[in-house]
Amino acid sequence: MFNMQLKAIWSYRGFIWGSVQREFQSRYRNSILGSLWAVLNPLATILIYTVIFSKLMKARLPGMNDTLAYSIYLCAGVLTWGLFAEIIGRCQTVFLENANMIKKLNFPRICLPVIVVLNAGVNFVISFGLFFCFLIVTGRFPGWVILALPLVLIIQIALAMGLGVVFGIMNVFFRDVGQFIGIVLQFWFWFTPIVYPISILPKSIQPLILLNPMASIVAAYQSILVYGQWPEWATLIPPAMIAIVVCLLAIGLYKKRAGEMVDEI
Amino acid sequence: MTILRIHNLGKAYKQYFSRWSRLAEWCLPSSHPRYRIYWALQNVNCQVQAGEAIGIVGMNGAGKSTLLKIIAGTTQPTTGSVEINGRVAALLELGMGFHPEFTGRQNVVMAGQLFGFLADEIQSLLPGIEDFAEIGDYIDQPVRTYSSGMLMRLAFAVATAKRPDLLIVDEALSVGDSYFQYKSFSRIRKFREEGTTLLLVSHDRGAIQSICDRVMVLHNGKAVKEGPAEEAMDFYHALMAERDLTLIRQERQAYGKVQTISGGGEMSVFEIRLLSKEGKPVEGVETGTPVTLEIRIKVNKPVAEAVVGFMIKDRLGQIMYGINSYLLGQPIRHLSAKDQLVCCFQFEMNLGKGNYSISTAISKKESHLADNYEWRDGGFVFSVLNTKKPDFVGCVSLDATLSTQHTFSAGHSNL
Repeated sequence: MFNMQLKAIWSYRGFIWGSVQREFQSRYRNSILGSLWAVLNPLATILIYTVIFSKLMKARLPGMNDTLAYSIYLCAGVLTWGLFAEIIGRCQTVFLENANMIKKLNFPRICLPVIVVLNAGVNFVISFGLFFCFLIVTGRFPGWVILALPLVLIIQIALAMGLGVVFGIMNVFFRDVGQFIGIVLQFWFWFTPIVYPISILPKSIQPLILLNPMASIVAAYQSILVYGQWPEWATLIPPAMIAIVVCLLAIGLYKKRAGEMVDEI
Repeated sequence: MTILRIHNLGKAYKQYFSRWSRLAEWCLPSSHPRYRIYWALQNVNCQVQAGEAIGIVGMNGAGKSTLLKIIAGTTQPTTGSVEINGRVAALLELGMGFHPEFTGRQNVVMAGQLFGFLADEIQSLLPGIEDFAEIGDYIDQPVRTYSSGMLMRLAFAVATAKRPDLLIVDEALSVGDSYFQYKSFSRIRKFREEGTTLLLVSHDRGAIQSICDRVMVLHNGKAVKEGPAEEAMDFYHALMAERDLTLIRQERQAYGKVQTISGGGEMSVFEIRLLSKEGKPVEGVETGTPVTLEIRIKVNKPVAEAVVGFMIKDRLGQIMYGINSYLLGQPIRHLSAKDQLVCCFQFEMNLGKGNYSISTAISKKESHLADNYEWRDGGFVFSVLNTKKPDFVGCVSLDATLSTQHTFSAGHSNL
């Protein structure tokens, strides 16, 4: 059944790619600066974290003398979390937002979350590209370990897409899901060591935090980008397993409920 | 070749008792249902061959849209199956997925992708689409600047850019201007000649009868009638007046036509005759000659008042003329059971040549929708001939005469 979905996505690649382009264009269409805004937004985020935390608050990462280390730590977590949250947030409303199209046209609905992921990917590439420029300019580019980044990203995107589709389908039947997930994502952000290092937590809580798959994923990014070290591969196995399970669950739920979904939206 | 095969098709919607019922159903396995089943469509069977045109009619909520959506593949059936051999194009709503800020050309590409075409395929179809839509340079303007007619033409052009094997049209065409309707219907006709099967939902009797070979009448989710267009449309018409299936019956006559009879049956027509000036019953009438339409009625139950009327329809079911005793200022009152009533309408047959049918109506008031005693479609058929007058086209004989005045130009010598 996985194969069939892939085939459907492939045969509608024209539609998917067109939709991604169109969404990007339509966002900046009537603005004077156009797609420059796509760059200015993440630039502002990076600037705020560097200036406020490293210069004004003089925040330092424990065990690091580097003034910019905490900024890089923050960016590594915040930008990748942004990708994760965007995929989940958009996926959960994607079926409801396109209700009219789903009801009137016959096309593989699985294309819709794929479009969401690709759009989030485009935004992420822009913001992460800027972040890379910043790393290179300040002479803090981590080097070869950067090759580990795509693998971590794949695990994270699979997890986000799986969860997003599950929530997206449930949201059609139970509109409470959409509201609930907004709250959950806020808690999840603060239960993941993104703004703070895990070492400031009491020793007894640290293993609990590691049950959170995003904690291991974000830790891997931080290890690559802040410390220039390969991530601890073993810690990535549980998130990868969870991602696979969630994706299978999403496909199963989609298979079972896609037909009924049309009657509900 | 069978293009479409619908077998025992049914669609049920669930109505949950409360917001919590569905959650309970998902989480707690239990045998007792937590919802009411509402059948929007039940036990529909149909086979359509290549090149056939099927009309689907029914009152609001009869299940027409549900049926089309299932055939188009946007909704899944609860029971039964739909088997389609070939490519389907569904015009359920024109302009679906158009984005107002983008140009016509960009939207065409986008819509084409949504139909599953690939980029180079769309590029090769684009000139034909621009041609059909006739919007000129507007193709590169945002579609928000389009008039609704332009938008419709463009959307229709994209949806029908490639000839489908099965074309589904859901009243989408009834909204455009007459030029658009003419244009789109001629494209549909061309498709049909090339072998496209057509499925048309419409309330327009003229559109249905001029295009469709067969018609399916849906009523409360069931196919209550399927047959030749005229016969099924008569049935549908009777159904609209009665809203009760048991009061409608259809009888095949000796001359091969089917009579559709509906109503409470307080009074009934037992003979319809068309009489010539000499009083002889005729079936062919010369255009322009005086005739008498004689309707013989028997009274089955006593009624206080009655209105008797008739209508003449052409072969497409379009009404040529109709009148009744109320409009003619002749009230009919105090009829008791077993009485007989003979109504003779006298008029001149000023119709063009062709075949016509007569419908009769007996009701309490001037509208047959309230207290219909009997409505009879196809009760009598006759033809109008033209052997004496000059030949003319159209359905009305206006007896035009001609006088010409020829003024010669100065250079021309009149020899």
